[in-house]
This record gives sequence, C-alpha cells and structure tokens, in this order.
Amino acid sequence: MSDNTTFMQADGVESLIDVMAGKIWTLINDKEITEPLMVGIRTGGVWLAERLHQELGLRDPLGTLDISFYRDDFTRIGMNPEVHPSDLPIPVDDRHIILVDDVLHTGRTIRAALNEIFDYGRPASITLATLVDRSGRELPIQPDVTGLHPSLDPDQHITLIGPEPLGLILGAKTNRTSRGDEQDKDA
Amino acid sequence: MSLSNKALQLDDEQRLLHFLTIDGLDRSILTEILDTAEGFTGVSERTIKKVPLCRGKVVANLFFENSTRTRTTFELAAKRLSADVLNLNISASATSKGETLLDTLRNLEAMHVDMFIARHATSGAAHFIAQHADRGVGVINAGDGRHAHPTQAMLDMFTIRRHKGEFVGLRVAIVGDILHSRVARSQILALNTLGVSEVRVVAPQTLLPSDARSLGVHVYHDFDEGIRDVDVIIMLRLQKERMRGAMLPSEHEYFSLYGLTERRLALAKPDAIVMHPGPINRGVEMDSKVADGSKSVILQQVSYGIAIRMAIISMVIGTQNQRTQEVAV
Repeated sequence: MSDNTTFMQADGVESLIDVMAGKIWTLINDKEITEPLMVGIRTGGVWLAERLHQELGLRDPLGTLDISFYRDDFTRIGMNPEVHPSDLPIPVDDRHIILVDDVLHTGRTIRAALNEIFDYGRPASITLATLVDRSGRELPIQPDVTGLHPSLDPDQHITLIGPEPLGLILGAKTNRTSRGDEQDKDA
Repeated sequence: MSLSNKALQLDDEQRLLHFLTIDGLDRSILTEILDTAEGFTGVSERTIKKVPLCRGKVVANLFFENSTRTRTTFELAAKRLSADVLNLNISASATSKGETLLDTLRNLEAMHVDMFIARHATSGAAHFIAQHADRGVGVINAGDGRHAHPTQAMLDMFTIRRHKGEFVGLRVAIVGDILHSRVARSQILALNTLGVSEVRVVAPQTLLPSDARSLGVHVYHDFDEGIRDVDVIIMLRLQKERMRGAMLPSEHEYFSLYGLTERRLALAKPDAIVMHPGPINRGVEMDSKVADGSKSVILQQVSYGIAIRMAIISMVIGTQNQRTQEVAV
C-alpha cells in the first residue's frame, strides 16, 4: 500500500463531520426523535461516531460494533485475526439508532451490522450515516446522511485513517488482504 | 514431536487447521486465540446468544470417554456459532480401537461433518483422527489419555489474563495429581509459552512424572512452600479411584497434606486467584470455604470455556473453509 495518495486532510474531514452533524440534527428533529442511540462500526466508523456523538451532545454512551462474526465472506477468508468485542451498553429495544460508518461501498458491512444489531434486540428505527458514499453498491442499502460522494473508479479504494488526525487516503484496491493486514471492511 | 505438531496444526500462513496440543504453537497464535475469545464473551449476554459465523456447518462431538462439562461447553460453543451439533457418546471398550475409530470417522465424513471434537482415553487419539480426516475437516482435541487437554489449558489462560492482565511477572502453582493430568501438561506448556515468570508444580513424589523438571517447572513437595507468594493457584482434580492403589494415602491424609484451606491460601499473594478444572472433590482437593470463597474463579472458568471454544472452533473452521475453496479454484 505504498502508492497511497492523500484524498483529503484532517481539516477537510473535520468540516465534513460538522456538516454531517448538522444533517443528523435536522433529520432527527424532522423525525421527532429525542434521544437517539449512536452506534459506530469498527474501526473508522467508531472514530467518526465519537466526534458526532460529542458534537450532537448525545446523552447515552456510544455503542461500538465489530461485524467480524457477521461477515458474509468468512467462508472465503476465515476469521479476522484482530476481532474486538462489540459493545452496546444500552438496550437497543425500541430505541432510535444512528448507525455510523466511514465508507459505504458494497453495502455488505451495513448488512452485517444490521443483522448484528437485531441480535441485541428490536430497535424502533435505524438511520445510516456515512462519511463517504461511493459507487459500487451490491445490496439495496443507501445512507440517510452522508458527507461526500466522490467519483471513483471501481479499482480505487478510499480509506479513512485515524484516529488522530483523521484523513482520507486513496489507493489501488488490493485484491485479497493477506493475513495480518487490516481486512477490507468495506468489501 | 514438536515439529510434526506444528505441521499438522498450522497452515503456511500460521492459521489453525486443527487444535490438538499446545506443543508447537507459539505465543502469537495463543494470544490470537485469547483475543478472539475476548470478542465472543459478550455473545452469551445478549438477547440472542448466537452469531451466524458457522451457520450450515456440522460439528460432531466424538466422546469416547465420559465428560459432562467439556462436552456441554463444546456443544454450547458450536451452537452459539450457529453450527449444527451431533453428540456421539461411544464406548471405547467394545472393539479394537483403531478400526472402530476409522470406521466411525468415515461414516461421519459420509454425512459431511465439518469438524470432529474428540475425547479419547488413548493418548494421541486426536492426532490420529486429524491425520486421517478428509481435507477441509478440522479436529479439536477435547482430551486424549494423559497427553493433552489444550482447550482446558486455553480457558485457564483466558481466566488468568482476565484477572491478571499480563502473563509476564506471574508466579503460578499447579497442585495435585500432575502425573495423570493431561490438563497439567497442557497448562505448563501454555504458561511457559505465554511467558509467566515461574511455573511451580506441587505434589507428592508418587503423583509427579519422573521427568517433571524437564517440563520447565519448579517442583515442590511441601504445599506451604509451593504456594508462597504465588499469583495463581490451579488445583487439579484427584481421581478418587487412585486412592485405593498404593499411590496415595487416605483422602483425609491427602487433604491434610495437599488440600487447599483458607490458612494455606493466606500464604499466597493477597490478590491470588484459585482455579480448578472441575469437578471439585470438596474436602479432598480443597475446602468448601475456599471453593466458594472470594478468590475462587472456578465458575468463571466454566463461562470462559464457552468463549474460548467458540474462538477455537471458528478459527479452525475458517481455515479449513479456505482450504476447501483453494481446492475448488
């Protein structure tokens, strides 16, 4: 991954997050949601959710999801060697959830995350917020709030780096990640 | 032995193909198992105590020797991974073992079983099954003879790490029937691989293997000395049937020499934890006050056993899956 180029630097990403926070605020007001529960998807989604959670001043603690146990490519690539526990500290039953991820690409990560959330309970609703909404969808999943719609070639790969400072980098998509590298979560 | 264990258990990318013994596995793979188990601990506390990882896979519990706890936790672990589970309790005494085992294996493979979890009274039985299993079928050793019980050792390591954080700097005493214990062998290997400062074994001479010192342990015959300033005390189960032989004095005398009491426990570090693989013989290996006391983590070991077994089952199935795919491509 030595041929990565910077797509957007920290200040750009931070201002996108401000825009997203504003859009989420408007959306939850329109829907008359008073106390949403925010859940970030590991790893980039959690970095993003931490900032959004703070900007929106949400009262309930942030939840984190590791979708490793729900991936649809487990039979092809085996167990993620760097799995972390998911942590949803507040019961999700009847709650309005804002699900946050960094890059929405094929939609498979979100599919896995939705399945995992439903194994914790039955939320009232789920709103999807992603920093980047790129082309290449393979499932009927669309974001409710997004920061950026870049025009990318199918073989280009955009990744959020962080946690401090945040940045977006662009690289050639690796075909299959080898063991030890971070797995291609947005696949 | 060590080299062949490695070749049998790991693929070229150091992933688990089978889990038969701690011997031949390095610190990084043991740590990976512990880290993966950490991810599974929350599953048991959710509304739906299942993840879909091994949906559509068939796991056969092949128990040639009785066990309630181990079989049940393996079964629960496989079910929490959404696998289907077959429980086979097969008496090993009936016919000649080699042939019976292979026949059983072939029959189950014809039913497209994806994993064998084997317990057998003969040392090396799980290796034998792994050597003869079809490509794509993983084998986990749930205890073979006096040889190994690696998942028990890993759940013990997980319990220790959860309580103590790090292995480096720890002093651990394993007390009781070391000679007949497959658990102790696997524990000693795992503790040394993970880098604890000192592993002690505490037992009468008659319950120690002759090569005890070559296992990388300090040997103590006096319990009070052996337990002094340790961070972790692992009591082993005494198989009462051995009481009748010449190996041991009476139960009462054993307890007076090697039973864990509150008085003895006070010799260990103030924050020491007490472990036991179960089932406990109360009043033989330990006093009830200790077994039920604040330093006992015995029931946590049982809970952690599910998470550890989920980790090992899913890691092995994941690697074997990939292997079959490579053949298909």
